[in-house]
Amino acid sequence: MTEGADSGPRLVWREAEVLAVVAETASARSITLRVPDWPGHAAGQHVDVRLTADDGYQAQRSYSIASPPEQADIVLTVERVEDGEVSSYLTEETRPGDRLELRGPIGGYFTWTGTLPGPLQLVGGGSGIVPLMAMLRHRANERTRPAARLLSSWRTRDAIIYRDELERLASDDPQLAVVHTLTRESPPGWSGPRGRIDADMLRAFAYAPEQQPRLYVCGPTPFVEAVADALVQLGHAPECIKTERFGPTGDR
Amino acid sequence: MERTTDDLRLDGNAAAGLLGEIFAFETTTAITICSGCDRASPVGTLVLYGQHMGAVLRCPGCGQVMMVVTRPHGEWWLDLRGVRIMRVAAGPSRDQAR
Repeated sequence: MTEGADSGPRLVWREAEVLAVVAETASARSITLRVPDWPGHAAGQHVDVRLTADDGYQAQRSYSIASPPEQADIVLTVERVEDGEVSSYLTEETRPGDRLELRGPIGGYFTWTGTLPGPLQLVGGGSGIVPLMAMLRHRANERTRPAARLLSSWRTRDAIIYRDELERLASDDPQLAVVHTLTRESPPGWSGPRGRIDADMLRAFAYAPEQQPRLYVCGPTPFVEAVADALVQLGHAPECIKTERFGPTGDR
Repeated sequence: MERTTDDLRLDGNAAAGLLGEIFAFETTTAITICSGCDRASPVGTLVLYGQHMGAVLRCPGCGQVMMVVTRPHGEWWLDLRGVRIMRVAAGPSRDQAR
């Protein structure tokens, strides 16, 4: 049986209305969209966004959905990337009332529906946290929830997306642990780990293989591959590790 | 940023929109059996190269090319050379399910 919401026969482009734009960090914006006839989605799915210039030139990118399935309007959190054609527009130009073309929800593999047994282990690199956040928000709405841990990697403390909300979620829920690691700075008062996520860090902060966690890893391609390799090295079964690669630009 | 071919490696999840233009089922959970090594892989886990001129999806086990999707002149060209079997969950059609 497949997990995840259906996206309908063939994908169709829909015109979505921007309801709100919120700054998450200096470079990341959360964009709330009302999509007519939105069929619903599963946590972890994404949408394709298409922009068309006056001369007909089109650019298309995929963005993970940050909002949980329970929310009717969908939220995309977009991080601006260097030379990103679409992310620059979405993070700098988009205003409430604007219209965007999108299609989705897309993807059924990298999804979490809450019905799977085992604790939930999420590992994110940078804006790879977005689909993982949809899973944590969905989990927070569930009556019975598996224990969950999020381990996320960021260059700097100020780059952390959803930091306050994650702190709130974790403080309200003894079954949820959130750990951020910083790779580029060591700010005063930082009590979390430093450095890249490797086997030692996973051993310290992630569920052990014998706890049979459901593992979701999302981020830039080199990050995802390094983390997945380390998880296998620690003894996790490859089929329990779901990965989603963003590519080099993070434009997704 | 300097990019190498290796940097552009993605996974089949990123081809889901593209494949969704062709297939009426959710492709990323469909299981492909590699004709080279018999490995069973959800499409979401295939190794994806390129998307704009065409997508090449390779087996994560042996690296064999499984699918090539191109779109010359308004038609889809779907080359399934490395897929021995594709398993798709049966069930009510999507219209009925909604």
